[in-house]
Amino acid sequence: MSQLTDKYSHHAHILPLKVYLGIGGTLIFMTLVTVAVAQVHLGPFNLLVALAIAVFKAILVGLFFMHLKYDNKLFAVIFVSSLAFLGIFISITLFDTLRRGDIYQEVGMPIKANSNMYDSLRVAPAHGASGHEGATDKATESVTSGDDSSGAKATGHEGTGNDSGGAKDTGHVATGVESPKSGH
Amino acid sequence: MSYSPAVDDNGLPSPNYLSSEKGLWSWLSTLDHKRIGILYLIGITIAFFLGGVFALLLRLELFFPGQQLVGPDTYNKLFTLHGAVMVFLFIIPSIPAALGNFVLPLQLGAKDVAFPRLNLASWYIYVAGSLFALYALVTGGVDTGWTFYTPYSTSSNTAVISITTGAFILGFSSIFTGMNFIVTIHKLRAPGMTWDRLPLMVWALYGTALIQVLATPVLAITLALLIMERTLGVGIFDPAMGGDPVLFQHFFWFYSHPAVYIMILPGMGIISELIAAFSKREIVGYKFVAGSSLAIALLGFLVWGHHMFTSGQSELASAIFSFLTFFVAIPSAIKVFNWTATLYKGRISLEVPMLYALGFLFLFAIGGLTGLFLGTLSVDIHLHDTYFIVAHFHYVMMGGTVIALIGGIHYWWPKMFGRMYSQFWGVVGFILVFVGFNVTFFSQFIMGSQGMPRRYWDYLPQFQRIHGISTVGAMILGTGLFIIAIYLIASLRRGTIVGPNPWGASTLEWETTSPPHPHNFENQPVVTGGPYDFNKPRV
Amino acid sequence: MSNNQEHKGAHPPEWFQHHFTDAEQQQESAKLGMWVFLLTEILFFGGLFCAYAIYRAWHPDMFINAHTALDWRMGGLNTIVLIVSSITMAMSIRSFQLNQQKQGVMLLVVTLMCAATFMVIKYFEYSHKFHVGQLPGKFYTFTGIEGTNPHIFFSIYFLMTGLHGIHVLVGMGVIIWLIMRAKKGHFGPAYYTPVEVTGLYWHLVDMVWIFLFPLFYLIG
Repeated sequence: MSQLTDKYSHHAHILPLKVYLGIGGTLIFMTLVTVAVAQVHLGPFNLLVALAIAVFKAILVGLFFMHLKYDNKLFAVIFVSSLAFLGIFISITLFDTLRRGDIYQEVGMPIKANSNMYDSLRVAPAHGASGHEGATDKATESVTSGDDSSGAKATGHEGTGNDSGGAKDTGHVATGVESPKSGH
Repeated sequence: MSYSPAVDDNGLPSPNYLSSEKGLWSWLSTLDHKRIGILYLIGITIAFFLGGVFALLLRLELFFPGQQLVGPDTYNKLFTLHGAVMVFLFIIPSIPAALGNFVLPLQLGAKDVAFPRLNLASWYIYVAGSLFALYALVTGGVDTGWTFYTPYSTSSNTAVISITTGAFILGFSSIFTGMNFIVTIHKLRAPGMTWDRLPLMVWALYGTALIQVLATPVLAITLALLIMERTLGVGIFDPAMGGDPVLFQHFFWFYSHPAVYIMILPGMGIISELIAAFSKREIVGYKFVAGSSLAIALLGFLVWGHHMFTSGQSELASAIFSFLTFFVAIPSAIKVFNWTATLYKGRISLEVPMLYALGFLFLFAIGGLTGLFLGTLSVDIHLHDTYFIVAHFHYVMMGGTVIALIGGIHYWWPKMFGRMYSQFWGVVGFILVFVGFNVTFFSQFIMGSQGMPRRYWDYLPQFQRIHGISTVGAMILGTGLFIIAIYLIASLRRGTIVGPNPWGASTLEWETTSPPHPHNFENQPVVTGGPYDFNKPRV
Repeated sequence: MSNNQEHKGAHPPEWFQHHFTDAEQQQESAKLGMWVFLLTEILFFGGLFCAYAIYRAWHPDMFINAHTALDWRMGGLNTIVLIVSSITMAMSIRSFQLNQQKQGVMLLVVTLMCAATFMVIKYFEYSHKFHVGQLPGKFYTFTGIEGTNPHIFFSIYFLMTGLHGIHVLVGMGVIIWLIMRAKKGHFGPAYYTPVEVTGLYWHLVDMVWIFLFPLFYLIG
């Protein structure tokens, strides 16, 4: 690239037309295959087969249409690492959502209605716990840390937003999620 | 040396990027990374001022028990806006987009970032997002806390949609900056600037940029889902619609924990530069300091659940997150130990930026170590949602990032504007900031460990003395920051004109004129040695 | 066509940006930038894939019941339409590399037509669901699906296909811009970077659909 004539030109890797058409044909064929397999009842294997075919198709698109096979390997590294981080995100989140209550079942209880926390409040504590910090926080706190904060005048969400928050939390338990995930 | 005898109207070397074009429009339409860096610097300064005013109002309200200035609802809005403005408008763009934009191409020996137009666009996106946030402010504020936790944020009747739209837009600004930096570092290094010759600031910005592009999109989709939850009731996060509010916390912290490293990593980069420049010594363990930036960036993606120990997430998940959290301490400690080792037998000169670097070491050690307390499951049950948390993250974000930012501004100020500020007032400003900061926030560790909950408008009389101390500290801190702003602005006109390298530093940005040439270097620099080689000429 | 001539003089071509040292560097930078952008896109969609995974794992029966409301024929047809558009996009880049501008423009037009077809089919699907009340979240009024919270299935369906549809629309806008530039002769063997990076984006949009199709239409 030192010569001036080379400065504004470069050598591209040009694939023959039949590669694009062949890959495209394979992709369409695999689409038909995945539709056909889905009509057969395989139980949980339907998901596996469909995802395997989708991954295969995606690899073809990446390698040939997006030139990952021929371009700078850095691009492939970027692509794979984005999937790796997505994998971390989904798998760890699923690890939580599917395992709540595995070790011990939290038995929650409302913050004591007669706690001196509410002494100076005009609004009566309608639903014990409140909205934005997550109701469990408050319930756990009152159970485990012995009300050491309960003397303070509760403000803000405790006083203003708790009706809707409490009602929603009740709705939450009835969502059909198997393990009770919060302390109500 | 490209020092040129020609001078402009102000007595600064000519041509330079400040005076080569004139008029407001030349700034608003500029593609020069240095000018865009200055535009960002103005933006974040306004945001910092705004967030600082909120903070002072909060502290004044807490001076005594009972109502002083504002009622509980206003207090909730104030702490929400303080958090949201400081995080999204100030600290995330602060070092990367303002200082990073300015120094990155200079340190690489490049003419500009890879995509100058995208760079300018990212600034306009930043302004647009900030306007949305401001709109939320004038239409009644937001009272959810900066974390926008569901289910409260789905039902709060404050301006949640406009501020989350603002944060959504700001996310794109951050993504574009990150993209630009990654490509610039990969493709636009000067001849001879190999990966093991990159200044540590560049390594830190690289790690930061990786987090920006990997994590910010998840924030964007999270906020979009929150907006959808409020408008359509989609039922992903809202328990009333069958959703899971804890899931929101997963989504939010998958971004926001790595975002903590978006804040601190570039600060660590600045500290590496300062320690090397003012010890006149090569950084000990260069490869480890550089590698630890990447390690922090990657480990940051595995520990988000430590923000959720008491949320109702799976106990097993909490235990694993707690375990993984301790690993983050390793690369952080590697950095601190290597910096300390660099100081040993270095020729230390206590210039103003170096004071901030030493202050950072002290404050970051406290902030980092208290993070380990909080990462421990059983301790966190006691300390969560108390002022201990508030003190911890202020020690990291303010004692770490903001101190590093101010140190970096003092370090590169003569490069940016060609003039030096008053050393005397610089020292006074540092002392006030350092003392004020510790008085404000160390007292919060104490009250937090005694059970003072965060985000409360009022407190028991027993906390009055310590709240009073904290508020006095905040006033000292505010005074210090005010003095810094005054003497820096004053130096723009009155400061003594300096040469290309007033500190005797070794990285590439000090080879060009101060302020730099519009194209950074008159001649393409060729790098022949490492970044902190103080013994031989390198260009 | 003036931009595609040999450049032996000192004056750089119009498309060349001065802060790069050569065209190779400029092109590689653009491609790297686009790949980093695609990474952000993957994580952007990823949040919704995560929501899909979690709710499917929580309510597997509801998902299987609800997916029968989607017509796999429409989805399958759209898959094939998008694959064809990807083929023509890749071929269009090849045409510009080989200096066949007319063919390149024609292939871009075909790509655009495919994208429009995709959106038209999508429109018919959406309007049918609007009609019977299979709407997201609190607007869901359909009653024929057994299982817990079927409105969440349609929330996720509309969010994911909607976000994908927005990406198709943005892609169509960019392709129109490419066609206009290509007609002016801006692209040729020396410079076709905009077409190439748009192609990368377009293939990613196709790739996302390759996963959406089985996840929603075939296996619920």
